[in-house]
This record gives sequence, C-alpha cells and structure tokens, in this order.
Amino acid sequence: MFNYATRRVLSALPIAIIAVTVCFFILRLAPGGPFDGERALPPLVLQNLRAHYNLDQPIWIQYFNYVWRMIQGDFGPSMVMEGFEVSELLAIGLPFTLMLGMTAFIVATIIGVIAGIIAAVNQNKWPDYVLVLAVMLGVIVPNFLMGALLQLLFGVYLRWLPAGGWSGGNWLQLVLPVTVLAWPHAARISRLMRGSMIETLGSNFIRTAMSKGIGERLMLTRHALKPALIPVVSYLGPGLSYLLTGSLVVESIFGLPGIGKYFIQAALNRDYGLVLGTTVFYVMLILVLNLLVDLVYAWLDPRVRFR
Amino acid sequence: MANVLEVKDLNVTFSLHDGDVSAVRDLSFVLGQGETLAVVGESGSGKSQAFLAIMGLLARNGRATGKAVLGGTDLLALSPTELDRHRGLDIAMIFQDPMTSLNPSLKIGRQLAEVLVRHRGQSDSAAWRHATEMLDRVGIPEAARRADSYPHELSGGMRQRVMIAMALLCEPKVLIADEPTTALDVTVQAQMLELFKTLTDDFGAALVLITHDLGVVAGLADRMMVMYAGRAVESGSVDDLFYAPNHPYTFGLLHSTPHVEDSGQRLRPILGLPPSLEHLPTGCAFHPRCAFVMPECRTARPELTHRGGGRHAACFYEGELKEKEAAE
Ligand SMILES: Nc1ncnc2c1ncn2[C@@H]1O[C@H](COP(=O)(O)OP(=O)(O)OP(=O)(O)O)[C@@H](O)[C@H]1O
Ligand SMILES: [Mg+2]
Repeated sequence: MFNYATRRVLSALPIAIIAVTVCFFILRLAPGGPFDGERALPPLVLQNLRAHYNLDQPIWIQYFNYVWRMIQGDFGPSMVMEGFEVSELLAIGLPFTLMLGMTAFIVATIIGVIAGIIAAVNQNKWPDYVLVLAVMLGVIVPNFLMGALLQLLFGVYLRWLPAGGWSGGNWLQLVLPVTVLAWPHAARISRLMRGSMIETLGSNFIRTAMSKGIGERLMLTRHALKPALIPVVSYLGPGLSYLLTGSLVVESIFGLPGIGKYFIQAALNRDYGLVLGTTVFYVMLILVLNLLVDLVYAWLDPRVRFR
Repeated sequence: MANVLEVKDLNVTFSLHDGDVSAVRDLSFVLGQGETLAVVGESGSGKSQAFLAIMGLLARNGRATGKAVLGGTDLLALSPTELDRHRGLDIAMIFQDPMTSLNPSLKIGRQLAEVLVRHRGQSDSAAWRHATEMLDRVGIPEAARRADSYPHELSGGMRQRVMIAMALLCEPKVLIADEPTTALDVTVQAQMLELFKTLTDDFGAALVLITHDLGVVAGLADRMMVMYAGRAVESGSVDDLFYAPNHPYTFGLLHSTPHVEDSGQRLRPILGLPPSLEHLPTGCAFHPRCAFVMPECRTARPELTHRGGGRHAACFYEGELKEKEAAE
C-alpha cells in the first residue's frame, strides 16, 4: 500500500509540470492583455506597466521566473486588482470555495451512491423511473439556468430559502448553491452506481453469497457494495474537477465570496497572474484529490493494491 | 434408506420479452441419505437451473413451481428470509466457476466465517478459527495464511477447495456440486474428486453431482439422472444405466464418451444439436436425433415409466439398445 502511494505521488509530479506549462502558454496566446481597456492607454504608460510586471521580457524567461517563484509559493501580483498579491486573493476566496465545493461533492456522492443502489435493487420499478427523471434534469439543465430557476422558485416565490448572498454562518444560504452544484454530480454518480450495482448483483460471487443464507442486507452491504463502488470511485476524480469548476459560476450567480468572483473577473480582464494562479492551484488540488481517490480505489480492490 | 430431499413436479420458467421459456419441466426425483446422485445431460438441458431453483437462486426473470421437500420443509414454498435459514445450513451448493464464485474484495476467512456466524451464531473470532480448520481439512496448505488472503492470490484448484470448505462448514444434509471440476485442469480434477469422495463419506452428506463427465459419474455416483431439454429422460443406478441403458439418449451419451479400456472402439457422437427451448419438437423432444425413432415418437410424448429395479425411462422403444441398430 505504501509503495503504491509513493509511486502514485511521483507520477503526479510530471503531470503538474505539464499542466502549469500548458496553462501558462495558452493564457498568453489568448488575444488581448491585462491593460486593454475601453480606451487605449498612452504608449508610454503601457510600456511602463508592462515593464513593471515583467511582461516585456522574452516569454520563456517569464515562464521560468513564474515557475521558480511558484515553487516558493509566490504566485506574483494581480495585474488588475492593484496592490493585491495573487496568493492574498486566493487566501481570501479559496477557503469558501473549497468549503462549498467539498460540501457539494460529499453530499452529491452520498446521495448518488444511495440513489443508485435503490434504483438497482428496484430495477424497472417506480423508484428507478423517478431517478431517471432526476438524472435527466441534473445532466441537461446547465448550472446557471438551474441556479436561476431555484432562486426564483424557492427564494422569490415560495420564500423558503435565501436567494443568495453569504452573511457568514447562515447555512440556509448554502442550500441552493450546494443543490445546484451537487445535482449533476449526484446524477452521474447515481447512473454509474446503478449500472455497476446491477452488474455486480448478477455476478457469480453474489449468487454464492446468497447460497449461504446470509440474507439480502448483508449481501448488499458486505458483498456487493465494495465491488460495485469501484467504477464510481474512478469517476470521482474527474467528477470533482467538473464540480469545482462549476462552483466558479455558481458563486457568481449566488453572490458568494469565493474565488469564483475574482476568477471570472480576472479571466475577462486577462489578469494573467490571477487566472494562472487560480488555475494552477486548482490543478494541484485536483491532482491531490485524484491521488486520494486512487488510494480509496486500491483499498476497494485488493487486486490493484498488490500490483 | 431415508430420503433427505424429495423433488416433485419441479418446473422452471423464464419470462422473456417475447413470451416464456420452460427450462425445467415436471422434474421429480428423490435423494437418499448419504447418496451420490449424478445429473448428466448436454449443455442447456436444465441441470443447473433445476438446482438453482431449489436453492432459491434463479435469475430475476425465473419462476419455479412444484415441491422440493428437505427434512419436512418445502423449500419452494418459503419466503426468501425463511429460505435463508436453510441455505448454507441444511443444503449448500458449489458452483462451476471457482474463479468468479468467490468475492474478490473479501478475505477467504471472512467469506467462510460469515456462514458460521449466520447459522451457528458463533463469534467472529471463533468462526474464523473454525473456518481455518475447515480449510485445513479440505487439504489447503498453510490454512491460517490462506484464510488471511484474497481469492486472487489462490490458484483455481485451491479456490475450488475453498468453495468446498465453505459449503461443508455447517455439515449440510445435501450438497449440490454444479460441475465442480470442469474449470480445473485434469490432475487437479482427480484430486478434487478424491476429496469429494472422502468428504461426503466423512460428513454423511448426500451429494448431487451435476456433470458432463461420465468418467466422474462412474467413479463417484450411486445413481444417475439423465436430462434432455428440461426433462428427466432416464434414471437409475449407475451400473444399470452404464451397462444397459433404456433410453437412446443415455445410450448415445455413453457411446460418445471415450473409455480408456476399449480404446479400439469407434466413438459415435450424437448427431444434431440440442433443441432450442422455444421451439421444442413435437412428441418426444429427442426424436429428431434418435437412432431408434418410431412413428409415434413424432406425435406423442413418452412419460417417464418404471422399468423395474428402481429404474425409470421415458421412451416408447422397449427393446434392447444395440450399437448395430444405432448404426443404421
Ligand atoms: N435468466 C434466464 N432467462 C432465460 N433463459 C434462461 C435463463 N437462465 C437460463 N436460461 C435457459 O435455461 C436453459 C437451461 O439452462 P441450464 O443452465 O440449466 O443448463 P445446463 O444444463 O446447466 O447447461 P450447462 O451444462 O451448459 O451448464 C438454457 O437453455 C438457458 O438458456
Ligand atoms: Mg450448468
């Protein structure tokens, strides 16, 4: 197990380097720059600004400087929010974004797994059909539309829940954003879980378990759950990145103080430092979480662990 | 000899999109205490489904009717929860494929111990200890270490031993083994059969041995039942059926199997294919392939009738079956 973990960590390093490189250059290739405003700046001012942020140096020097400083934890200054370091902005926004994202992730995974099991056990009966409907809504309705609809229904007409904002501690304000974020994730998880549970239930070792008279409940919890979770767990990594990126949009719909607000602003304004910093941070986060997922995977499937 | 299992008019039907198919029809037989009954027949003849039905293990689209009385209880009339009080305790089953019949994500010891926890109310640790003893008893070396490993760490033969140990934990009255050696290589097969012989003797369990292999039948079974297209077509003692079969299908099976002793003899495969269950021939289901076919075989179905000496056969032809005639 330990060897397996070490190997996985080492293999994540090159991926991280590639990801940073790709992000850096793609961002520079995109047309426009941080100082293109409504009105063009006087050439001399522009030149001074570019020199101040080292944008006048050859791009590969900029690249190596960036990577070198990043390794030391310095993501450089924000180019649009004057006077702010990128790491400061990250420190303000990230805790909230992570809290929101992880809450939605955990809620969605638990609900998805349970719903998938219920649908599999009641294959082609009404709970199965209800799930199909919920899944369809979750997958086809984009998050900005779902967010607006829920805000309108529960926040404005029914007035059951706050429609947005965050006053630091009113957890009811999180219900709608978490729902919007969690829904598509739960939908995909439940479909995967349903399919793999149905497959597992048809396998020979489940027949063996039933032949021993241990009963349906133990059969499900002890014998079927772990093997059926395997495909689900391998989706959790990609699923999480999907969910975290969705959180950037959802935060701005619900006016939440996460990194999303800065990120969308930064992307529109070509704030190289902030966009890159956020992206790189996300990449690292997703790599780490994928690593955790892989370890869970190895725990679920002893054949992986021993390889 | 007391009967431990009495099966009467067992029918197994599967519902499919375009109607029902009957995999087992009107199957009746008894199993005596400590007896070994071989069930033979071509692929698809309903051998597995008949016994899966008795164990309550049919696929979701399957239904079983009839009776299967074990120690005074009709297993087919029980709810799943009631049936769970008997499965694994009074009646146990070993499956064809040892590679996929054990749970890949649970330790062997755990998979055995849970049977004792369930039926004997033992504590986890006591059950684990007994499980290890049983592994040792079926000839698994270093049983304690094996109990602590996962199925993929064991060879096919070892896994089948594990399956046997698991089935015997509660000393069941009836042990059903569905082609227990088919997936194993020949040397391991022989060891496994030896093991069955000693273990069923030791435990006094009646054994149902589902198999393709007439060599296995000859070596191990007391009686045999031959199935064709979901029905029993002949049953009786192994000696009687081997030396003087009454049904042309049994006759054909015997002559399509190589014997070590008479290697000079030509093998005669049964011509044609087993019928599909959706389109059974009229009359006797075997008549299109039968070398002894008579006009009435095409229109009427012969009932299973007593032929003396505890033998039964379902065939209109009552004369002696000879190879010469078969060759015509
Ligand atoms: N779930 C199912 N739905 C429909 N038909 C089925 C189902 N399960 C089994 N059958 C059919 O039942 C028939 C009998 O199958 P069974 O498994 O008993 O054959 P068998 O005699 O054990 O053959 P083999 O020697 O290959 O194991 C087969 O024709 C099979 O196609
Ligand atoms: Mg079979």
